[in-house]
Amino acid sequence: MLQLFKMAFRDLGRNRRRTFFSALAVAIGLALLMLMSSVINGEMGNAIQSAILLQSGHIQIRSATFDENKSSLKWEDLVVNPDQVAAQVSALPQVKAATPRLFASGFLSTGDESAGVKIYGIDPDSAANDPYRMGLLDGSFLAADDREGLLIGKPAADKLHLQVGDTVGLSVNTSNGDVLEQVFTIRGIYSTNTYAFDAATILLPLAKAQAITQTENHASTIFILLNNDADTDSVVSALQGQNLEILSWRDMNQLIVEFETMANSYIAFFYLIILAITASVIVNTLIMSVYERTREIGILSAVGMRGSRILGLFLAESSFLAVGGVILGLALGWGAVQLFNINGFYIGNMGLSGFLVGDTIRAQLMLDDILNLSAMTFIVTLLAGLYPAVTASRMEPVAALRAEK
Amino acid sequence: MEVVKIENISRVYQVGKVETRALQGVSLTIGSGEFTALVGPSGSGKTTLLQMIGCLDQPTSGRVFISGQDVTTLNRNQRADMRRGHIGFIFQFFALIPTLTAYENVEMPLLLNGHTPKERRERVMELLQAVDLSDRANNRPDQLSGGQQQRVAIARALAPKPALILADEPTANLDTANGQQVMEIMKRLNQETGVTFVFATHDPRVISYATRIVTLRDGVIEKDSAAGAK
Repeated sequence: MLQLFKMAFRDLGRNRRRTFFSALAVAIGLALLMLMSSVINGEMGNAIQSAILLQSGHIQIRSATFDENKSSLKWEDLVVNPDQVAAQVSALPQVKAATPRLFASGFLSTGDESAGVKIYGIDPDSAANDPYRMGLLDGSFLAADDREGLLIGKPAADKLHLQVGDTVGLSVNTSNGDVLEQVFTIRGIYSTNTYAFDAATILLPLAKAQAITQTENHASTIFILLNNDADTDSVVSALQGQNLEILSWRDMNQLIVEFETMANSYIAFFYLIILAITASVIVNTLIMSVYERTREIGILSAVGMRGSRILGLFLAESSFLAVGGVILGLALGWGAVQLFNINGFYIGNMGLSGFLVGDTIRAQLMLDDILNLSAMTFIVTLLAGLYPAVTASRMEPVAALRAEK
Repeated sequence: MEVVKIENISRVYQVGKVETRALQGVSLTIGSGEFTALVGPSGSGKTTLLQMIGCLDQPTSGRVFISGQDVTTLNRNQRADMRRGHIGFIFQFFALIPTLTAYENVEMPLLLNGHTPKERRERVMELLQAVDLSDRANNRPDQLSGGQQQRVAIARALAPKPALILADEPTANLDTANGQQVMEIMKRLNQETGVTFVFATHDPRVISYATRIVTLRDGVIEKDSAAGAK
């Protein structure tokens, strides 16, 4: 067996350039797979994390009758005593932050421009609102007792030509169906690097949002962030039975989850194409090697080597190619991901409604993917070597010995 | 004792619609320790007959016995096993594995036969010494002359202690001096070990080493006679 591997290793050394390029083909194949997979991971991870951090949280507690699409402000559709509920939830060890939020729709207007907006009433002191706090580009963050200030996203501020300190009229639907208007001052301009969110969302202190919408001690939801994504299901289970609806981030981001499934199907198709190209290079290399060494195969057969051992010899060669290619591919793939992440891939506003994607995609290499893709590449390379190996093992010794050297 | 017994074998090759009869009703018996030359012009069937005896090919009809065993009934793997254990080959084109050293080439049949490392080492060094190449053990074929390569091939053929060694034009690619050296080594080993040699040639200098000359023409044995060997 050892001799077989020794022979296989030396055989690969006969034509080093060809061996190198074959291994390189395997390596490039694997590197591409790693890059594709990490870009998709990065994009989907970004979309999911954006959705969780900015919009859905890991879990929300809502009134069973609350309709997110209508942003209903009727008291029966809201959570009563939201601070109390949030405090109870915060006591769970898996919970990083739980905070009430009130959602309303409204209309911002300056002297001659206006825009529809979604209003988030938030507790400025909650850690759940860190993404907005950290995304502050200009001005200051909200204070809980601020009665006239709001935060506006950068795209909306640009569109309405608003700056910190400017005043703006905000018309808001109230719980009883009226529309109230009040003048607010722009306290700050924020960016979460998520165009769809930033362009449509203004932030108000929760107390002020409750006052202007006449919802008093009510909130649309209890927004919950966990320390660990994986705890979602266990916390959802723990919260059941409160006579309120408990929704996980998967329930609230169906579109992203479905898109991820679809992306995985597409990526599998691309994997197949890349692996097929890699396999064809390996088949070609090894077939050439078999035909160049036909006479040698005849000699091995003449000294009594069985077909199975000849098969093993060529499979050993393809396994060396596979190992070399995978090692090189891991290095190339890792390098490609690092290179990709120097600046990321700027996509700007993709214009997908209901889909929060950051403006820059960054590749995210996962250990599971590295292992799976390496194993897949190794197996495909071995399988590609099977046909040439079988061809070699089935050669008739007489015909093989007659071959030109 | 008979090492080779051939009973009325024929070998017909079909290439497209053309049928070529390489051997036609050949019968032959070769005893242990013989040093037999198969002679005849090109196309007379010498190589085909060697291939039949060497279990490299199967006759279209007739039977071939090696050391008493009918090899025409063996399957592919069994024929490989028969070659590995009982038959050594020396080819015109030296036929060494280019990636292996002289030592490793000689060792190959012993490895295939499952000998221990100690047995292999002793046997390989003994044989390389017998062909006067012990100082070239670590050289690869491309570092050896044609004559040296053929001597390595002889050592390899002898490695598993076969009953029979088949040589197809063993000196055809060698100059006179190397050809003579190879024949003398083969002859010496034949006499020292008693292994049977059958070689195909049309070189009169090589034929002169034979103790028996079987002449083939157009696929049939034309003449089978004892010879006055060197």
